[in-house]
Amino acid sequence: MINGISINMYLMLSTIIFIIGAIGVMARRNTIILFMCIELMLNAVNLLLVAFSRLHNDSNGQVFVFFVMAVAAAEVAVGLAILSMIYRNIKSIDTDLLSKLKN
Amino acid sequence: MKGLLIISGLGILAMLAEVFKFKKLLLPLVLLGIVAAFAFNFMEWNTGLSIPYFDNMIGFDKPALAFSGIILATAFFWFILANDYFEEDTNLVDHFALVLFALVGALMLTSFKNMTTLFLGVEIMSIPLYVLAASKKHDMKSNEAGFKYLIMGSFASAFLLFGIALIYGASGSFDLHKISDYISANANDLPMFFYVGVVMMLVAMCFKVSAAPFHFWTPDVYEGSPTLITALMSTVVKTAAFAAILRLFLVDFAGVNELWKGILATVIALSLIIANFTAAMQTSVKRMLAYSSISHAAFMLMVILANVRSNLSLDAIIYYSLAYSVGSIAAFGVLYNVSRKGDETYSAFNGLAKRNPALALCMAVAMFSLAGIPVTAGFFAKYFVFTAMIGTPYKWLLILAVLTSVVGVYYYLKVIIAMYFGKAETTEKIAVEKSQLFVIVFTTLATLAIGIVPSFVAEMFKF
Repeated sequence: MINGISINMYLMLSTIIFIIGAIGVMARRNTIILFMCIELMLNAVNLLLVAFSRLHNDSNGQVFVFFVMAVAAAEVAVGLAILSMIYRNIKSIDTDLLSKLKN
Repeated sequence: MKGLLIISGLGILAMLAEVFKFKKLLLPLVLLGIVAAFAFNFMEWNTGLSIPYFDNMIGFDKPALAFSGIILATAFFWFILANDYFEEDTNLVDHFALVLFALVGALMLTSFKNMTTLFLGVEIMSIPLYVLAASKKHDMKSNEAGFKYLIMGSFASAFLLFGIALIYGASGSFDLHKISDYISANANDLPMFFYVGVVMMLVAMCFKVSAAPFHFWTPDVYEGSPTLITALMSTVVKTAAFAAILRLFLVDFAGVNELWKGILATVIALSLIIANFTAAMQTSVKRMLAYSSISHAAFMLMVILANVRSNLSLDAIIYYSLAYSVGSIAAFGVLYNVSRKGDETYSAFNGLAKRNPALALCMAVAMFSLAGIPVTAGFFAKYFVFTAMIGTPYKWLLILAVLTSVVGVYYYLKVIIAMYFGKAETTEKIAVEKSQLFVIVFTTLATLAIGIVPSFVAEMFKF
């Protein structure tokens, strides 16, 4: 129990957010939205880590969240750089146009 | 540990090279640094002490040192091979720094003792590689490879993180030892979400080692990336990911092996079938090597399956990584030189025996090794895996592995047939730089040497 709410509620909420993110990555075609969905998945993890950290009265989980945030920022920075490079080459950021590599 | 620190220092030094104008000195410095790191690694191996660092988050025990040694040695030869690849680029120092930081991540993956260092190792290794995969700025294929790698890589990382969070929720700790203590203390009433966490981590690690059905990004990324970066991915990254999966599942999650054994066996079977049959249909040698790396991943995963609950005979998997890394460096070195004009198909290899007999011979040996034909390292690598598998209930996997290896021989031999019997369009000789030829010949000889004295090498890794 955290503030009167059972841990299962937190678990369910972050699972739902995670699944929304995962479906987004697989279904959407706009690359910016792909990044947003991945961010959504990572934030679901952050929420879960903080909830468990509170449950166990252990600060390690919250420290881990900082690492996740820092790494997510690095990943998005690299991702947007690659994206702007792609845009410069093909003037589009639609994933359907990224199909040069096929059998 | 000193090795890890030296490589990190080298990475920072590489970034300063542009400012302080010692670009020309950088390659010798890096090579020297890697040799020093390897030497420290070797000394730590001899003293045999495993000192925990950073509040027991990193510790170089014997398996970690063995894998680090393989990674450092591969990196050393890779840097010599890559010298002219670096020269043609204006952003020389950035490439050096990125590769070195990827190496830091790889070394962390061999030695983590805590989920935090596992996650950071995976990311420190992957993020530079996303950039390197996309490093041919005006080549759309390279851009696409980088982008796909990034999306798939961060997707897998999210799964890894969710798994870590669930396991933390159950056990209340990120420490590997505390988690395995928790498993043995509560073997009968582990919460459901703990099992989900373990499965999610397994899925994420299968993504990272590119085992089927999580392999779909591999051929595209391997094909689109610059050839030498592909060489780095299929040697250093693979070895590091295996070191990680090994520690995670044989040390940490050994207590819940009933859960993941079946999944792992399915993954191996799928990898063997899909990789070998698809590889046989490829026209591009680079793509074929990508599929072959998936089938080798399956072999290495078999060792993990064989070792559950036994007295950890890690020599089979270390020998396999060594044999595969050495053979791959030789194969990719030859491919790099043959495909300078951009043609990476089998026809590029036509008549190579006449155009450059030395390269053709080295490629032939490398192909024999990857196919697992006797007297090469690859044969004994497979042999050790098979002997490890015999005592397990997974004999059907063993039969499947042997059958798919026969398919494997077909597509490896196709390269050799093209080289020796194919008709070349030109008879123009292929010139190879001396340092590159040295690496290719040396790794080829090493492939043979490891194959001739397999028990000596395997004994070295027994502990």
